[in-house]
Amino acid sequence: MLNVISAVLVLGLLGALFGALLAVASKIFEVKKDPREEAVLGKLAGANCGGCGYPGCAGCAAAIVAGEAPVTACAPAGPDAAAAIAEIMGQSAAVGEREVAFVRCNGGTAAAKRFEYVGIRDCGAATKVAAGPLECAWGCLGLGSCVEACKFGAMRIGPNGVAVVDEEKCTDCMACAAACPRKLIVSVPASKKVRVMCLNQDKGKAAMSVCENACIGCGLCERECKKDAIHVVNGIASIDYGKCVNCKLCTKVCPRDAITPIATPEEKEKYKEIKKRQAEAAKQKAAAKPSLAKK
Amino acid sequence: MKELTTLVTITIGAILSNNFIFSQFLGCCPFMGVSKKIDTATGMGFAVVFVMGLASAITWCVYNWILVPLNLVYMQTVAFILVIAALVQFIEMFLQKSVPALYTALGVYLPLITTNCAVLGVALLNIQNSYNFIESVVYGVTGGVGFLLAIVLLASIREQLVFADYPKAFEGFPIALVSAGLMALAFMGFSGLDIFK
Repeated sequence: MLNVISAVLVLGLLGALFGALLAVASKIFEVKKDPREEAVLGKLAGANCGGCGYPGCAGCAAAIVAGEAPVTACAPAGPDAAAAIAEIMGQSAAVGEREVAFVRCNGGTAAAKRFEYVGIRDCGAATKVAAGPLECAWGCLGLGSCVEACKFGAMRIGPNGVAVVDEEKCTDCMACAAACPRKLIVSVPASKKVRVMCLNQDKGKAAMSVCENACIGCGLCERECKKDAIHVVNGIASIDYGKCVNCKLCTKVCPRDAITPIATPEEKEKYKEIKKRQAEAAKQKAAAKPSLAKK
Repeated sequence: MKELTTLVTITIGAILSNNFIFSQFLGCCPFMGVSKKIDTATGMGFAVVFVMGLASAITWCVYNWILVPLNLVYMQTVAFILVIAALVQFIEMFLQKSVPALYTALGVYLPLITTNCAVLGVALLNIQNSYNFIESVVYGVTGGVGFLLAIVLLASIREQLVFADYPKAFEGFPIALVSAGLMALAFMGFSGLDIFK
């Protein structure tokens, strides 16, 4: 009996002693933490994707509380979370439109190959071997470094060997963009569906020879656009999303099918037809006008 | 002189021939869990060295000054777990205050040292081998150094494994386990090192 009591007493005392020591230590080694940090951390996406540029969600929360990062720093969490964080921080969030990642290449199997690459399945490694297996110096290598980087399962390599983004799942964290050695992945407004699927800055024949789907900088789209939203800059068509209204006229005149959604031959034909008719109508109108004036 | 020889034997035994990971298979959880990067592996290794050294010292005192006089030797496991848990808590606080980078890098594995069998193992083995205080501390520290060696070696191998061409099914832990097994085989080569006995 005495044995039991002494055992309980000794272990109890030991536990109490260690507890007291820990209590003292916790005061000495106390880390002053802003309570807002916990609250902000709770609102972040929690994927530790690193898309914000800080080491994990805790780092991002600390940066937001310190005022180094904007309240919208966490793209994956979305505008609702940004608003909630803004409330914690006592600011109002400038909530922007939802954006998604987009791969600016549609080459893949349509792009000319210089050699068959059989090395490590990593895009960065592939670019180190004689500047990559593709003739095109801008094209997607399709080895899936972005797929690996995506924490949300939103990237995959499409059937034509080019990375594609699942826009439903994409949170615009842009971890894929950081992983892409060709810098092909850009952030675009999710609502704007018209996008140029090429970054090849070569012009005309040079671009044509490296890829069947390359933008050749011909400028047809630029002339077609009624809103002055698409321009050929550095040999590549690029869209100003402040002006684009999703009318898709540029897709219908692109001779290289480099603008998504790619218009089918029928659609293109139909558009040509309409244009022809419009031109004729305009001609007739012009011809009719002088006679009207005479009367 | 004899004292010194014993210490050298303990040291070589703990680091090479009786390595905690490779021949006693203690502490395998953090060994597999934190061995992806050399940086964090080194941090974890030093944390374990520190905890094992300190735990050896304190458990020796607790055992010989409290448990033995009071005839409570049968409570040693409970008492040791208490000591180790408190120690790890203390180290966690200390790291969070002074080395926050290491604290975040170790993450969940730091509290896991609490239930690390290598730490409890070293405390129990000290008693089993009836080491004196100095021998206990040396065994604890060198046992930790053995763990450090093992985890840094495995982390180096795993960093290189990224570039290796192995079947996809082996990706991640399987290939790491295979590597660890091969390393254990290699460390068996040291078992002939009984020169000081």
